This record gives sequence, structure tokens and C-alpha cells, in this order.
Amino acid sequence: MSLLEVKDLSVNFPTEDGLVQAVRNVSFTVERGEVLGIVGESGSGKSVTSMAVMGLLPRSAKISGSVKYDGIDLLTLEQKQRTAYRGNRMGMIFQDPMTSLNPVYDIGWQLSEAVRTHNNISKKAAKLRAVELLKLVGIPQASKRVDAYPHEFSGGMRQRVMIAMAMANNPDLLIADEPTTALDVTVQAQILETLERIQAESGIGIILITHDLGVVAGMADRMLVMYAGAVVEDGTVDEIFYEPRMPYTAGLLGAIPRAGEAGGKLNQIKGTTPSLINLKPGCKFSGRCPLVIDTCLRTEPLLAPTDQPTHLAACHRWNDLVGIDASALFLQETAG
Amino acid sequence: MTDIIPDKEDSLEPPHDDREFTIEARAQWKTILRRFMRHRLAVVSLTLLVLISLWAFLGPIFWKYEFAALNTKQKSLSPSWQHPFGTDDLGKDGFARIMRGTQRSLEIALMVSIIATTLGVTIGAIAGFYRGWVDAILMRFTDLVLVIPLLVLVAVLSAGVPKAPWYTIPVLLGLFGWPLMARIARGEFLSLREKEFVEAARALGVSNRRIIFKHILPNLAGPIIVNATLTVSGAILIETALTFLGLGIREPEVSLGLLIEKGLPAYSTRPWLFWFPALAVVLVSLCVNFIGDGLRDAFDPKQNRVRA
Repeated sequence: MSLLEVKDLSVNFPTEDGLVQAVRNVSFTVERGEVLGIVGESGSGKSVTSMAVMGLLPRSAKISGSVKYDGIDLLTLEQKQRTAYRGNRMGMIFQDPMTSLNPVYDIGWQLSEAVRTHNNISKKAAKLRAVELLKLVGIPQASKRVDAYPHEFSGGMRQRVMIAMAMANNPDLLIADEPTTALDVTVQAQILETLERIQAESGIGIILITHDLGVVAGMADRMLVMYAGAVVEDGTVDEIFYEPRMPYTAGLLGAIPRAGEAGGKLNQIKGTTPSLINLKPGCKFSGRCPLVIDTCLRTEPLLAPTDQPTHLAACHRWNDLVGIDASALFLQETAG
Repeated sequence: MTDIIPDKEDSLEPPHDDREFTIEARAQWKTILRRFMRHRLAVVSLTLLVLISLWAFLGPIFWKYEFAALNTKQKSLSPSWQHPFGTDDLGKDGFARIMRGTQRSLEIALMVSIIATTLGVTIGAIAGFYRGWVDAILMRFTDLVLVIPLLVLVAVLSAGVPKAPWYTIPVLLGLFGWPLMARIARGEFLSLREKEFVEAARALGVSNRRIIFKHILPNLAGPIIVNATLTVSGAILIETALTFLGLGIREPEVSLGLLIEKGLPAYSTRPWLFWFPALAVVLVSLCVNFIGDGLRDAFDPKQNRVRA
């Protein structure tokens, strides 16, 4: 049984202007000891997906599908049973470490809170556990630092504290929602290293949400590419990075600046993501795709196996991407 | 792309714990205290208010006259060493009466402030945190209470109970004096509930009640304390006004308002009966206001300029 099995997850927000289809029929699994990367640009539904898994969406959200954790569908649980999972069986790290810690309490209190929410232990024992957790995430002089306030910590150290909080109850699943976006590059590397070490030690499953493909390449085993609320490509990191089967992914890969190639032209994907209100039929990427044909405008391609059985893509023309330098796809278009 | 990630061999070793830190944790309240101490007028006011309170609460134990004791032989005396604040037409000692009056006025103000703040914060917190229809109902109710003239309402209600004990006034004032606090608390909650640390607390599985009272509320300490202080000075003045109109505290109980009311008719012949309690009211409410000012500056991290 998979640790987490998400099937046909859809999240809609009714608004005055119409239905916002934030997530459409997303399915994926996460095993213990596996890192699943979810990439996509802002508004592609990656954060909403993770919020749905955690059960943190506002009540106005209409959720369908299933989110099975160890075989139990979390979406059918009562609010109270759901809370028992949050922070206990699954932890979450947020994007901005500068605001994710409560400024009025010291680090020790906040870590203790994480422990005491799910365990009936004394304050003293919780504090000891807090020191232990700070050591786990590599904060020097943990026993002294536990009494410090968030404003005395740097961004990187705060993010370590957030990891410590998420790990407080030894969860099996960790959701990291853009854990390094707000940090310096050097600090990013340290945070990812910490995550990797913790994962190697505890064998948890991690969902790593990011728009930084470099982070996914370095850490993830498998990855999902999301566009306009749906998964458009699903496969191992190597498959997707070396042989993308969806023009959008190819465009993303071509848009990464590379060291040592100064002066080279970067890909641009012209246009913007479609509005998620009242989506038109057909492939949602068709308006920006260099390979667009009539079929693309009429029917939306379903996620289906390509040349590799583990590599799924939602594209009518994935065949045309086989064997060509996909990252140059958008470059040619610009030139021509 | 992959070279920003260090080699796995390195990353498996936890970082060493050998760096030395000399930074000591500095609690937030220390910073606040330091900023408050820089506000000279507030510090002077606080000292003065403490002295006045000590005098009002402990003074009667040592003073030779009872505040309600009649002495027909010493009627209408002007201030002297024997009676520093003079006596009234029944021979009651002014000094004892003002001590007692200040004591009552302070007690009333404190009660009003505590009741109004507790109610206001709770209602505002719930409205701001849950939003939606809860917010709509609570805030319309708040508006309703806000538009009722407090003075008239309390006057009507207290007139209905002729033999009411002294604490009916502060309870009534407190029960109708919370809307401003509720609005402030609601505004703060609306903004704080969107902060990521609240989201983080939710992701930890912390209950709503605990998020409201343990995670968000302490972030409002500044606005709450400042507003509570200002409520105190407001309550002293309202109580004085009510009693002056003959609707508040009644004899034989005394408050500063009552003393002013009793002293006014004798203003031209025995001015000390009016001026001493009036001075006490001004002094106490000025002190409280300045303290509130100092607290507001101390709690506001954006304000570095210190007045006075």
C-alpha cells in the first residue's frame, strides 16, 4: 500500500464570476522513502493540491476525489479525526520562514507546542524534545538557542526550525511547499541538504513543491508537472529532464539559465497561463504551444503512458517530441 | 543544474556543534520596557499614579478621620493642618473623603476597563477569526451597542434600581463599553489570521480555540493594553459625569464625581470643597492618559521617535 494515494482530486472554488477550477483530476502516489517533486508556475494548482492533502483549504472549497493515507481516505474523515493526522502523521513546511514562526513566543515554546498538541507529555519533556529536534536540523548550540525568539534567527535558521516543527511527531509524510524560494542560494543548499539528511535517516516520504527545477533535479525521485490545475507530465526526474514529452515541460527546461553559457538565448514561453474561471475545452496549453494542431483546440489530451510506461504525458503530439532537442522548441519559434 | 546540491556523502553528516554564540536571548518585554522608560512624561505619570493609588488605598488606615464620620463641632472649616482639605457643612473631613473617593473612582475605572476589554477582545477575536456570518452578526451587534449613548443608557438603567450597590455602575459601563475594543481586536485578527504562522499552527493540528487564544491573541498585547489604559481614563471621566448628574454613585458612598457634585454649590463660599476633588480627577485621568501614550509608543515597533 502506498503511503499517500491521491486519486482524481479536484478542487473548485465557487466565486461570483464563475467556478474557479484550481485543481482538476490530479492523481499521484507517494511511497515511504520517496521524494515527489511537483513543479509548475504560480497558479498551476500545486499549492492547492498540497493544502487539500493537509486539509487546510477554506470551507468554501469544493473537493472531490480521494486522498488515501495508509489506505484511509482523509476526505471522508470528520474534522476532529482529520486534525489528528495534521502535524502528527504528516508535517508541512511553508514558503516564507520569516512569517511562519509566531513572533511573540520563543523557539522552544513553538516546538513544544508541536509536540504537545499530539502527545500528552510534560512541558519539561517537550522542551527536551525541542532541543533534540533543533539538533536534528543542525542548529548549533541547540540547548541555548531553544530560548531564542524568531527575530534572532536568520531566514535559513528559521526554515530549519520549521523543518524541526514539521518533524516533531515523526510523521511519515512531509509536504514542503516552496521551502527554499525565499532563501539565498547558499542557504537553499543547506536547507535541501538538511531535508535530504532527515529523509535518509527517517525514510519518510516527501512532497516537494517548487518552481525551481534545479531543486527538483537535485532531490526528487519522481516529479509531476502541473499546468492550469492539471498534471501534464508525470515520470521519473531523468525521464522528464532528458526526454520531456509535453511541450510545456520542454519550454520550462529551456528557460533555465545555465552557467557557462553566457550570451545564449533563453527560451520564453509566450503568453500567460489561462484563467482558471470557465476554462475552455481543449488543451489548456494550446494557446502557447508551438506544436498546436486542430485536435488540441477541440479535445483536452488525457494523461497517458508515452514511450516509457512510467512516463505519462498529457499531449496529443508527444510522439513528435521523441528524438528531437526539445529544449530548442520555443527558440526555433522565436527565430522563425 | 544539479551542482547546487552538495554531494550526498557530505550531507549525511550533521553539522558540527562547535561554533560559539555569545548572543543572549532578549525577551520582547525588555525592549518594550526600555522604550517605555525613554518616554519621560509617561514614567513620571506612572510614578505619580502609583503614589496616588498608595495614598488612596493605604492612607485611610493611617488617617485620623473616617470619611463618613460627622463632626458637628468642625463644620465648614477651611484647609488647615488639622484638616488639609477642609471640612464640609456636616463636618466630614475632606482629606479622608478624597482618599476614599479616589479609591472608589480607581476601582470603578479598573472594573470597567477589565470588563470592557475582556468582552471586546473576545467578541472581536471571534468575529475576526471566523469571519463570514459570525462576523456579520457580531459586528452589527457591536454597531448597535456603539450607537447607544452610553451616558443616557447607564443613567436610565441605574435610575431603575434606586438601592443599587456602587459596583452596578462599573458593571453597566463595562457591559456597554466594549465596542471600540471589539473593533480593534477584530481588525487585528483579520490581518493576523492570514499570517503564515497561523497556517503553520493549523498544519500542526492545533485547535481553533487554541489558535485564537494562544497563537494570535498574544500578538495583540500592545493594542489591548493601550486601549485598556485609555478605557480606564475614559471610565473615570464618565463615572464623574454620571455621578455629577446625580445618576451614579450615591451617598453615603463617595467617589470623586460625587465630591465634585457636592462641592459645586459651595463653590463661591468654600471653594476647597470643589477644587480638591476636581484636581484629583484631572490628575488621575491625565496620568492614565500619559501612561497610555507611553505604552502605545513602547509597543509600536515602527515608531522610534519618542515624544516628551
